[in-house]
Amino acid sequence: MTLRLIERIAVLAASLAVSSILVFGFMSVLPGDPARVALGVNASDQSVASLRAEFGLDRPLVSQYFSWVGGLLRLHLGDSYISRAPIGPQIADRLQVTLWLVITSMVIAVLIAVPIGSLMAVWHRRISGLVLSAASQVGVAIPAFLAGILLITVFAVHLGWLPANGWTPPAQNPAMFLKQLALPALSLGLVQAAVLTRYVRSSVLDVLREDYMRTARAKGLRPMPALLRHGLRNASVPVVTVLGLQLATLLIGAVVVERVFVIPGLGSLLLDGVSSRDLNLVQDVVMFLVVAVLLVNFVVDLLYVVIDPRMRAGGR
Amino acid sequence: MRHQLTRTATVLIAIASTLAATSCAAGSSTAVTSKGSGDANQTLTVGLAAEPASLDFTKTDGAAIPQVLLYNVYDGLVKLNNSGEITPDLATAWKVSTDRLTYTFDLVKDAKFSNGQTFSAEDAAFSINRVKTDWTISLKKSMDVVKEVKVVSPTQLQVTLSKPSNNWLYSMTSRVGAMFSKTGVANLATAPIGTGPYTLKNWNRGDSITLQRNDSYWGKKPFFQTVNFKYFKDPTALNNALLTGTINVIGTVQAPESLAQFTNNPKYDVIQGTSNGEVVLSFNNSKAPFTDKRVRQAVRYAIDHKALMDTCWAGRGTLIGSMVPPTDPWYEDLTGLYPYDLAKAKSLLQEAGKTGVTLRLRVPNLPYAVSCGQVVKSQLEQAGFKVQLDQLEFPAAWLTTVFTNADYDMSIISHVEPRDIGTVFGSPSYYTRYNNPAFQQALTAADQGTQAQQLVEMKKAARLLSEDAAADWLFLQPNLMVADKGITGLPKNAIAESFDLSPLARA
Repeated sequence: MTLRLIERIAVLAASLAVSSILVFGFMSVLPGDPARVALGVNASDQSVASLRAEFGLDRPLVSQYFSWVGGLLRLHLGDSYISRAPIGPQIADRLQVTLWLVITSMVIAVLIAVPIGSLMAVWHRRISGLVLSAASQVGVAIPAFLAGILLITVFAVHLGWLPANGWTPPAQNPAMFLKQLALPALSLGLVQAAVLTRYVRSSVLDVLREDYMRTARAKGLRPMPALLRHGLRNASVPVVTVLGLQLATLLIGAVVVERVFVIPGLGSLLLDGVSSRDLNLVQDVVMFLVVAVLLVNFVVDLLYVVIDPRMRAGGR
Repeated sequence: MRHQLTRTATVLIAIASTLAATSCAAGSSTAVTSKGSGDANQTLTVGLAAEPASLDFTKTDGAAIPQVLLYNVYDGLVKLNNSGEITPDLATAWKVSTDRLTYTFDLVKDAKFSNGQTFSAEDAAFSINRVKTDWTISLKKSMDVVKEVKVVSPTQLQVTLSKPSNNWLYSMTSRVGAMFSKTGVANLATAPIGTGPYTLKNWNRGDSITLQRNDSYWGKKPFFQTVNFKYFKDPTALNNALLTGTINVIGTVQAPESLAQFTNNPKYDVIQGTSNGEVVLSFNNSKAPFTDKRVRQAVRYAIDHKALMDTCWAGRGTLIGSMVPPTDPWYEDLTGLYPYDLAKAKSLLQEAGKTGVTLRLRVPNLPYAVSCGQVVKSQLEQAGFKVQLDQLEFPAAWLTTVFTNADYDMSIISHVEPRDIGTVFGSPSYYTRYNNPAFQQALTAADQGTQAQQLVEMKKAARLLSEDAAADWLFLQPNLMVADKGITGLPKNAIAESFDLSPLARA
């Protein structure tokens, strides 16, 4: 167990180091000059050069890289090139918004996918199972932003039930917050639910074929109670893995959905930063996302052990 | 171990590809919060496209900052009215000496900055001198002509120029003429301090800027108590926000083809006038084949401007024949100089021996440039050109490739600054690489002459530029706004850099 934990931590550290190099490398090959963008079309070459020096862009790449990583390790994220404001608080600010969106859509996805996926598995020979299966297939094919545009057109513009876009912090006006959260969370959640449903279905199907399920049925349990009492815990291991991966998809999907619903989250911060070549900011946000995703995967790895005691022995 | 690494790689690839995909989309941010507090009738919410990156226009360029702050938070000594005339603001009157070198301004007595300080000639002198010493944006060079600023008394200021300049007083109506408090420039990027009718209440980054009426304002108090500027990157989201009542005004319509849903709706008013945004098909004048005037002329004859504007900007806009919008005093209709004539274009191209020459049309990935680029390509190909159309991410990639390195043959960009004919074509080092001494002399004569001479020389310069085919002018962008019925005072023509809030009211 301890050995496994050490192994996992080593992998995490190595992944972080490699990611930081990739992120930094990617930023430095991006065309466009942050100083030129900040100063605008008519700026003289001297003022661009002096701003580049102020940003530290005239130093060798290796030294830029190490001062960036050094700052990250001390949790000092630096200042934005464009707004000159510290980056840490900006990320924290936007993260509050994005987390609401991601967590709500995750909950929506799970609430829809687990019951429907299980039903699909139990009914997999019936017509109703096939219909559900086909419906989820359609859901998988629709990107979240398209779902968002459709939801806006129907529920906001035509029916006028919910606002078309915008964001209100929950503390400021809880009712408005829920109204504005509904459509973006649904558009992300529905699409994720469709994907997740298919994993739940196949995972439950596998479990249904196990010997202990046959034993449970032989004892006289009906299919659903048998699944609930003996199958779900076993079926959940692969599903939890997918959930971890989906969290990454959701964070990235949120970038686009935030644009469609005009939500000031991490995604809009990232897009603005890319467009204004606020490379400091972009680097930090991307690195933050990478850390978040790697940590989630790390936790998921540990969760297997909690869910499945057989893994505690260390073997797989 | 292996699947952990694969997963890490998947995550990185996903993030990288999202970045790559989104870096092709231009612009800054967007979003909406609830409407501000106060009487709903006295609150106005305006939807705009581009959010400022900072509130400090002395160090950050971009039209979005003065759009919100100028005339609203900051006053100048003078301002532009809706007819384009220079009118009093913090200066109640001014006198120009006979040699046109000395300007004496009488200043208002009771203006106060939002930090409580009283506005005086000391602050005015400080603000004008500070442009030379502390500003970094390129517009600062319009103050180069100032030789001396003298405080005569707390309410009188004297500015001496090194040579007569009509452009100087005009530039005093722009952000360069904004008046700052001597004790209020410490934190311009987030805390602007001016004497204007509004003060900054809140800036919700990525979302909105809220201005509040300045109750100690020295002039006539504006109607609206609270004004929210909300930013929408996506044109459809902007339209939806008006349709669902989140905003009251669309400040600049980003997708003119979507206007039909508002023109046929009795709940909204559509305002259409002219702007300062000349959509220029620019040529790299220093590089073959555009060093040959006949090739430049062939391009101009080959473009059917009316058809082009109908296709790529829903027919909304004004056809212009040179770098002057109809709201400038020296405007002349020069669209007749190069009427659409395919045969003439072909024969000029043949005469120059350039039939079949390949032109690189490198446009920014902005909606108007992308859609017009396709039309230009197909029209030019009919005249015997070959056109290679490239889209460059705006602003970063376009600025580096076209603007800084001039690695292009043609581009399409809207030059939105007022009276920018000299900036765009007056200096051979500018990206148009246009070098015409006769044109430059006309500009200098216009700047230094009397007002009557200015009119004559500017007309001459605009005609010279057009006859020489230094570029082609596709059309002038319209000033297009949509507002809830009952909102009054929105300007028909957009002339100044500011979205001036003081004339606005709700009937």
